[in-house]
Amino acid sequence: MRQDHLITATQLSRDDIEAVLDRAREVAADPAAYANRHAGTVLALCFFEPSTRTRMSFDAAAKRLGIDTIDMGDVDSSSVSKGESLADTVRVIEGYADALVLRHPSEGAATLAAEFVDVPVINAGDGAGQHPSQTLLDLHTIRENHGLDDLTVGIMGDLKYGRTVHSLAAALTNFDVRQHFISPESLRLPRSVRFDLHETGAQVREHEELETVLDELDVLYVTRIQKERFPDENEYHRVAGEYRIDAETLAAADDDLTVMHPLPRVDEIAPDVDDTDHARYFEQAHNGIPVRMALLDTLLGGDEPGDEATTMGADHE
Amino acid sequence: MSEHELRVSKIRNGTVIDHVEGGQALNVLAILGIDGSEGLGVSIGMNVPSDRLGRKDVVKVEDRELSQSEVDVLSLIAPEATINIIREFEVVEKNRVTRPETVVGVLSCPNRNCITNADEPVETRFDVIDSGVRCDYCSAVLRSDIAAHIDV
Repeated sequence: MRQDHLITATQLSRDDIEAVLDRAREVAADPAAYANRHAGTVLALCFFEPSTRTRMSFDAAAKRLGIDTIDMGDVDSSSVSKGESLADTVRVIEGYADALVLRHPSEGAATLAAEFVDVPVINAGDGAGQHPSQTLLDLHTIRENHGLDDLTVGIMGDLKYGRTVHSLAAALTNFDVRQHFISPESLRLPRSVRFDLHETGAQVREHEELETVLDELDVLYVTRIQKERFPDENEYHRVAGEYRIDAETLAAADDDLTVMHPLPRVDEIAPDVDDTDHARYFEQAHNGIPVRMALLDTLLGGDEPGDEATTMGADHE
Repeated sequence: MSEHELRVSKIRNGTVIDHVEGGQALNVLAILGIDGSEGLGVSIGMNVPSDRLGRKDVVKVEDRELSQSEVDVLSLIAPEATINIIREFEVVEKNRVTRPETVVGVLSCPNRNCITNADEPVETRFDVIDSGVRCDYCSAVLRSDIAAHIDV
């Protein structure tokens, strides 16, 4: 990877993505070759908003590489609650760790953090902005099921605030992928994401109904529509109900359709989908481990397995 | 501008920013960070007749020669502006504004949830794109209404 940080998916080239995914494949095939590869390295987990799976996934991936993790803990019990700026917080934690994983409720937080520290920063979600490590595991899942070219992908749900959507859409522009976005009018892609898609000349279409495009899809990526996005609860129930899928919905889909979801789901994918061959969302979640191991290994200067790993230190640029 | 239309007097030394879109003169001063507290003589003509623009604003700043980089940022709200450097009542230099590549510390991000709107020790930074400007931090795009986000 050319960059020292992972801040947005827009920074990733096809080569960057394939390098991480190739390594993820190697990790998955032979995890033992990567065990203790980064012993003596410390990763700081800085989560300024709640997270279960992303935090645990990074923690587990780090430990499988022999990396020790330190965790900032809940924001309520940290110095942030005393009014410390993010810039100060990360400058302090930089002294404790060789890399930072950052989740923050404000868009642009990871960009800011990366300006203040010299160790690698991984954006684990910045408000409604980006979530690029999720995208890498999403791409890994797609690649292992379909490859990443000549593909039709539908992305459905909350496209406006969904950071996993913003990152995935940007990353897919590196590949020969036709993207369909399915959402209610009020939750369409934000202007900034459209701008990037337009700049790359990506093949993009928008729909309000899944039915219009379902049978064309190789991948359907479902996201949760959150109640708090709607001023009126009745309106939420009406809209969210139109973007739920179940096994019956998928009867009209291609047999090879892969259904993905960044999880947690609430009821946008009915449990009866779990038993179909379409369901890949648990596999997707589990892919977080090899992909985040590959990502950490790349950012921390891992070479080929068997070589002595070079860890990030004071010489890091 | 003919003599009888002159609303403000000529200046001896300084900068005259001419052909500013009508109504934008105060924003021009805001972008330049001039609010009168510097002690500079400042004259403003607003909505004066103009062959080119119909109505235009003119800003005259005495005893200060603005640099090209200072005035380039004006191109965002006054793309037609001309910059005249005055010495001893004579125009010694006349330039048009050109669009800068980035604008630092001048605009506030329209995205309220952008980290630059939290209390962090950073200046805002926007890339200038064909259709407006774009926040370097949160990627929000600001097209029209740039003047409303001037924060200097």
